[in-house]
Amino acid sequence: MEQEVLRAPLVIEYPFSRTVGPAVSAFLTGLREQVVIGIRAEDGRVLVPPTEYDPVTSAEIDELVEVGPGGEVLTWSWVAEPRPEHPVDHPFAFALVKLDGADTGFLHAVDADESAMATGMRVTVKWADEREGHITDLACFIPEEAS
Amino acid sequence: MTIDLSTIPALDGVEPVRSTKTPLHLDYEYTAGIAQTRFLLGLRDKKLLGQRCPKCHKVYLPPRGACPTDGVPTTDEVELPHTGTVTTFCVVNVPFHGQQMEIPYVSANVLVDGADLPLFGLVQEMPAHEVRMGLRVEAVWKDDDELETSLENIKWWRPTGEPDADPSVYEGQM
Repeated sequence: MEQEVLRAPLVIEYPFSRTVGPAVSAFLTGLREQVVIGIRAEDGRVLVPPTEYDPVTSAEIDELVEVGPGGEVLTWSWVAEPRPEHPVDHPFAFALVKLDGADTGFLHAVDADESAMATGMRVTVKWADEREGHITDLACFIPEEAS
Repeated sequence: MTIDLSTIPALDGVEPVRSTKTPLHLDYEYTAGIAQTRFLLGLRDKKLLGQRCPKCHKVYLPPRGACPTDGVPTTDEVELPHTGTVTTFCVVNVPFHGQQMEIPYVSANVLVDGADLPLFGLVQEMPAHEVRMGLRVEAVWKDDDELETSLENIKWWRPTGEPDADPSVYEGQM
């Protein structure tokens, strides 16, 4: 016997905010002021985003380094059908971008044609018009020649 | 060692970011299932429809389609009255995001007469500090033209004025 089964939309939302430590504070303050901030580890590598402690030695680290705004795509994945929460509202790539002066890949969106996407391609930061000290202040990366 | 923003010229003297928004957002389509659909359709007609376990004879309201004790389908539908007993309750005095009620208000578990599982609801039409375990209550329904397939059709429960229920009625529901 076919029985009716009810369905309904259900949205759950928790409007959390959290305090940030000194390293994330420096990073987010930088984004608001349109600079990307990394930190120098004990072995000399520059980590982006910055961490408060050295990931190898666990030592406290504190030397802030300005990196970018240009960088190189290390690897990428095409998003053909963006979801509403994604930073770009049309097809784009998620990519690990090694910013100039950094030694680690930084995960963010690249707004470019799929045909232009390539490992090693040069990209640069596109800033959001309104910035508040949040990761979305960095709207996305775009191909360097388009900037 | 201290991280010092002023070591970066662009950040010298600016107000540092101290917190960041990290909202969680989950967008579902909820499927009620057969048993709960029966319950919700009943609510639309101001009926409380539970289901009885054929083995232990407990009546579940809301029904879930199976008895969690015996693991068998609960196929017998039972219509229950609109009266019950407060088993436990909470006076809400703390405001929170998304709150729709004026504080203080009382949330309660109500054991509907004939059911073996309490139903969550609000207790109104009496001072919050007078709500107690064993309080006899009856459902206050929305107007007929506002009825939906929702437990919100019961706006709240109000005291019937009967003497409190004996603790033996609800001692198994703590």
